[in-house]
Amino acid sequence: MITRIGHTLQLSSPANILSYAAVGGKKEAEGPLGAYFDAVFDDTTLGAPSFEKAESALQSQALRLALQKANLRAEALQMVLAGDLLNQCISSTFAMRDLGLPFLGLYGACSTMALSLGLACVLAACGAATPVAAITSSHFASAERQFRLPLEYGGQRPPTAQWTATAAGCVIITTQPKALQIPHVCFGSIVDLGVHDAANMGAAMAPAAAQTLSQYLRDTHTLPGDYDGIFTGDLGAVGSDLFTQLMHREGFPMPANHHDCGLLLFDRDKQDVHAGGSGCGCSASVLCSTILPAMRQGSLKNILFLATGALMSPTSSQQGESIPGIAHLVHIIRTPPDPPGA
Amino acid sequence: MSSGIGANEYSHMVQKASPPSHGIKNFLWAFFSGGGICCLGQFLCELWQRIGFSLSQARGMTSVTLIFFTAILTLCHVFDDIARHTGAGTLVPITGFANSMVSPAMEFRREGFIAGAGAKMFSIAGPVLVYGISASVLYGLILWSITYLM
Repeated sequence: MITRIGHTLQLSSPANILSYAAVGGKKEAEGPLGAYFDAVFDDTTLGAPSFEKAESALQSQALRLALQKANLRAEALQMVLAGDLLNQCISSTFAMRDLGLPFLGLYGACSTMALSLGLACVLAACGAATPVAAITSSHFASAERQFRLPLEYGGQRPPTAQWTATAAGCVIITTQPKALQIPHVCFGSIVDLGVHDAANMGAAMAPAAAQTLSQYLRDTHTLPGDYDGIFTGDLGAVGSDLFTQLMHREGFPMPANHHDCGLLLFDRDKQDVHAGGSGCGCSASVLCSTILPAMRQGSLKNILFLATGALMSPTSSQQGESIPGIAHLVHIIRTPPDPPGA
Repeated sequence: MSSGIGANEYSHMVQKASPPSHGIKNFLWAFFSGGGICCLGQFLCELWQRIGFSLSQARGMTSVTLIFFTAILTLCHVFDDIARHTGAGTLVPITGFANSMVSPAMEFRREGFIAGAGAKMFSIAGPVLVYGISASVLYGLILWSITYLM
């Protein structure tokens, strides 16, 4: 059953996390979280003839590994929710083409992991589908050629620019009792404070993140300090700074438990990623490689996953439009004691 | 937002929070690399003349040589690594033009030689060609008019 409290959806029969998997490329493997990925690929083409096909392969691998960890066959899934950054969500479509499963293709820019995960939980909690998979991906090279310039073009990136992660994450949701539960989901609304700079996505997304989080905190009568961790993604260095300032103005000073997936995935000092990581695969892979395993081990028990997206395209930017931001929130808890088999 | 922040106020916040580009460092890189390419151009021009070309021919050959080596460096995935540091130093000379033609041709080859490489090859350099040629035509017309009237 689902109850609406303000904008927040409370899942009275909580959706539970059955399994998860994260895969990444070479640069992600060289980053601070490289050792925690389920699989990494030195060849970022994954042997495919195009980067779009490589990104599809990333999604397929993430799903395959998550199914394998759950000891589940793909046919057992009642629905798949997947999204990516590319036009017409082609990475997701072609990754899921041969599965023969009910498929919902989603676009929420870099917020797609929280969007797909939140929707998967709602579908599970209301009895529409279980188990259900939420998958997202991004690929540096496929995103660059769609949104920016050719890979070999000799230009300079400004310090506010972020680096699209070559990664994918998959979470499988079930209604069976498991250690990790999702009691709340909060879908955010579009916030646009007039940022036009496509090389400063963190600034475009920070207001949406602050709005969704403050809305959720007001709905649930909680404070940021009540959680072990609040993981935004992917605001980067500039967006995180602005997010903290905006939360302060909203009346919720952020304690040290705020982390940004874009700052966790890469080492900014060594990896030349400027303001940090971005892309649907960034928050998805940080969630599935680091946050959820830490929750399963018990070092984190109560977290908020707040993925943010910049809803723009080269067309809208060229026509002079500003960059609308969005953020969706998923509340994940670890329930003691562990049910058997969790 | 409930805090009532407006676009103007937020724009100031963004400006304050966004680190500027490394101005002096970028300037020095661009100055010395751009100057270096000009010196190389002069050296090539002298070389072609010594081989036996006239000055005007040698100038054309210099441009062709720089374009050729830039194309090779772009094909070898090296040019972008250099340009990441040199910035305008490699962008402004003819090396930047060559790279802006070769890089989209490489990138969009997978979409075919016609709709991909052929069509997209001009996606960056196209505006430079259109407005460069238009400006030269306009300049020619003005010059011709003045000469005719005089």
